[in-house]
Amino acid sequence: MNWWQAKKRDADLERELRSDLELEEEEQREGGISEEEARYAALRAFGNPTLIREQTSAIWSWNWLESLARDVRFSLRTLHRSPGFTVIAILVMALGIGANVALFTVVRGVLLRPLPFHDPDRLVMLYEAGLHEDYASGSKVVSGGMYAEWKNQNRSYSSLALAQSIRVGLSGSGGQLPEKLKSALFSWDMLRTLGVQPAVGRDFTQADDSPGANGTVLLSWGLWKRRFGGDPAILNQTISLDAEPFNVIGVMPAWFDFPDSSTRLWTPVYHDKPEDTMTSFSNHMFRVVGRLKPGISASQGVADLSIISQRVHNEHLNDPFVLQSAKSRPLLDHIVGEIKKPLYVLLEATCCLLLIACLNVANLLVARAAARRKELAIRTALGGGWLRLIGERLMECLLLSASGGALGLLLAVATLHWLTRTRHDMTRVESIHIDGVVAAFTVGVVVICALFSGLIAVFSISDKRILSALHESTRSVGAGNVRATLRRALLTLEVGLTVILLIGAGLLLKSYERLRSADMGCITQDVITMHLGLPDARYGTPALRANFYDMLLERARSLPGVDATGFVTSVPGQGYGMDWTFSIVEHPPLPQGSGLSALSRSADPKYFGAMGIPILRGRTFDGGKRLDAANEVIISQSFANQYFPNEDPLGRHLRTRGKNAVIVGIVGDIRYAIGETPRPMQYYPLDAGVENVGTLVIRSSHDPEQFALPVQRIVSEMDPDLPISDVLTMNQLLGKSTLDQSFNTALLVAFATVSLLLAAVGLFGVMSYIAAQRTTEIGIRIALGAKREQVMEKVLLDGMRPAVFGLVVGLAASLEVGQLMRDLLYEIKPLDPMVYVAVAATLLSVAALACVIPAWRVSRVDPMQALRAE
Amino acid sequence: MSSMEKQEQQRVTLLQGTLDMLILRTLLYGPAHGHQIGKYIQRTTNEFLQMQHGSLYPALHRLEKRKWVVSKWETAPDRNREFKYYRLTDKGRKQLLAEESQWKQMAEAVARVMWPATEES
Repeated sequence: MNWWQAKKRDADLERELRSDLELEEEEQREGGISEEEARYAALRAFGNPTLIREQTSAIWSWNWLESLARDVRFSLRTLHRSPGFTVIAILVMALGIGANVALFTVVRGVLLRPLPFHDPDRLVMLYEAGLHEDYASGSKVVSGGMYAEWKNQNRSYSSLALAQSIRVGLSGSGGQLPEKLKSALFSWDMLRTLGVQPAVGRDFTQADDSPGANGTVLLSWGLWKRRFGGDPAILNQTISLDAEPFNVIGVMPAWFDFPDSSTRLWTPVYHDKPEDTMTSFSNHMFRVVGRLKPGISASQGVADLSIISQRVHNEHLNDPFVLQSAKSRPLLDHIVGEIKKPLYVLLEATCCLLLIACLNVANLLVARAAARRKELAIRTALGGGWLRLIGERLMECLLLSASGGALGLLLAVATLHWLTRTRHDMTRVESIHIDGVVAAFTVGVVVICALFSGLIAVFSISDKRILSALHESTRSVGAGNVRATLRRALLTLEVGLTVILLIGAGLLLKSYERLRSADMGCITQDVITMHLGLPDARYGTPALRANFYDMLLERARSLPGVDATGFVTSVPGQGYGMDWTFSIVEHPPLPQGSGLSALSRSADPKYFGAMGIPILRGRTFDGGKRLDAANEVIISQSFANQYFPNEDPLGRHLRTRGKNAVIVGIVGDIRYAIGETPRPMQYYPLDAGVENVGTLVIRSSHDPEQFALPVQRIVSEMDPDLPISDVLTMNQLLGKSTLDQSFNTALLVAFATVSLLLAAVGLFGVMSYIAAQRTTEIGIRIALGAKREQVMEKVLLDGMRPAVFGLVVGLAASLEVGQLMRDLLYEIKPLDPMVYVAVAATLLSVAALACVIPAWRVSRVDPMQALRAE
Repeated sequence: MSSMEKQEQQRVTLLQGTLDMLILRTLLYGPAHGHQIGKYIQRTTNEFLQMQHGSLYPALHRLEKRKWVVSKWETAPDRNREFKYYRLTDKGRKQLLAEESQWKQMAEAVARVMWPATEES
């Protein structure tokens, strides 16, 4: 309907109602009563003209659309009238909604979105498992021999494929420097199992995947673009990996990131790995992906494989490291297993934050509803429909939360942009983006927020006692009690939620602090580490390798300013590394089927000094014993305690890989990874020339980072094709390994801070309101002789009550929440009393601060002014 | 208790939806304005059906929107003033028949349940 038509219709209706009313009036007058009485009688017979007019014109309007437009207009006007409130409410909502949308997007991208493989639900990750679940996970990666048995004999999987992450050196070519890259070994059918095709070129064939075949390699999209300019002519070109030729047969799609997102190259496993590794049953090093046949369940598949394992185990009873069963879990679980728990905890935290934001906005709305009570009462008295008033209130909330949602979405987009750029190491980070589902989620959150905060506000005005409202607001002594109670209840809830967030943040913060201050067992200051590996093609014999290490160490030591250098297969904090089996020559043989194994490292004699790992007894390696003559071993304190409980280990012999080594020293324990307890460790001489990868450490009291370039120059002078990677100080290395924890902690602390701020603002708002309401009462009290201190104390206590209630409620709820976070905590209990005390103290002092200002202000009231103000 | 109060209690508000039918039926006698319609219904039912005239107007306009009645400003014969007269359309006549028969069926059905004995005799 056009507006002029509507206008005409309104005028018409007006005229009709007036003429009929006049007629009624005339008739009443003809009944013989006075003019004034006749008018009232006519009105009584007629009813409320405004309401009639409104209802009648509602018949003609495009009902809902027009009233919607009107509600929007009214709400906009109301909001415009109090810009301060509007801005604060929108910002609070934006914060809550933004945090939620961002985290939901991450959770959806990482955890909920199916893997980008063909029929991903049928893909499982397979492990070997023993009866004695010695390590935390209880399941192990698979040995090459067992894989072959499984593959040949199982009847449950349409295919089984194998993968291992390694690092290779890509030789410099065409003026580009050599570099160390993360690479994966695949069995030829891995891509077929996953249901993925290379974007360019071809997949591996079975013929490629054998020791005698020519080397073949698939490139990642990123590497192809960066290093080879995205030139399709790279196909069938030869590149040099670890000094061996590989023919480029294809490029993977940009999204392909299996086994992890930093993998740049893929090569066939049987081509690269020596045959004895691929047939060993005790050398566990591969990840196996299986595709279940249709109709076969995961547990049926595992049962099938376990029968095969058991048979192999029975055939090798003398080897304790041949395991007897299998385990599996969905491939998605394997990929996101680590990140799942923290993400859900963070999502819960953002939900808390959103709830707090809603409560805060509801609180503000209740305050405004109270302030507008008179207006609403008058409107009701004048015939304002009840539903209309509620509709208006809800529309107001919807506008607030929609604006908040829009702003929040922008916030979320910015956050996600930042996240994907700074945390590209995160699992599946590339699958995080805002899509239709996220948009729908945002809309849903906006509507829920509007309903939630709107309904609370509506309930607060739902008493229909118009007259009492009008009365009350003329003399507001002790007024608005109902509303104040509601607001106190909301505040209690808000404080409770804040306490939960604070406790969560406190626990993570303390746990992180514990983690970072955990003694690694070595020096972490002034040390720089560099990773390098010697390719077999050029350093095929122990002598070549030992010579390389000797020369490198000698030249590095001669750099001016270097205090100490050493070389080790992996430094503390770099991870599990490898373990070797051993036996103690002097001890009676162990029963059949059992064996010993411990973490193993190879180090040069000066490594312990360079890293500050104390030699507790004995001595370090004899530098003069090289290659086959190097027959010494050094053990860690916990190794000595565990395997030589009541004897002197010095002079005893360990037998490893067919050779005896004499124990010459005992050194202090170290942690192989931050957050892990120290494990027994055996060190063998690097001079034996067995190892071909490791880390050079350089300690200097003057800025160790300055040695990165000189050392790289030394290496490239010794071998121009040899790349150096992971140039990190010990602190950076440890920081990198605790990145997740520090990230989660930082986020949760930020959420908790924001919610504390919101709670404080809420408390301050309610206190100010209650104080303002009671100004008259307090004025009278003071006039009657109450002391200002007493008044202040009373008001303060009044305000602290919801804070204290909320604190109690929050602490109680936190007992439960702490249990949820148990897995994320390091060396502290979910009920850490220090955290609880600190949170309680923080909250109470913030609450007191928020209450003190209104309390002080009201206690300074001039009784005359307070009474006159009415 | 005075008879006046008793009467007050017996007055019932109109059943939902029957107002439309009553208005249409009233207009069957010829065009009328809102006030007349209201007065007529009240008088005919011996003031039993109590309604505020005001509630007529939304109903009248609803009927007009559905094209069951049309309206025109005309001068009233007895007062020298213009009133808005409503007139039944053909569509309105049909609607009245339909509603009437529906109401009759309903009333009979209710009666059969309420007074089965009287029905037999």
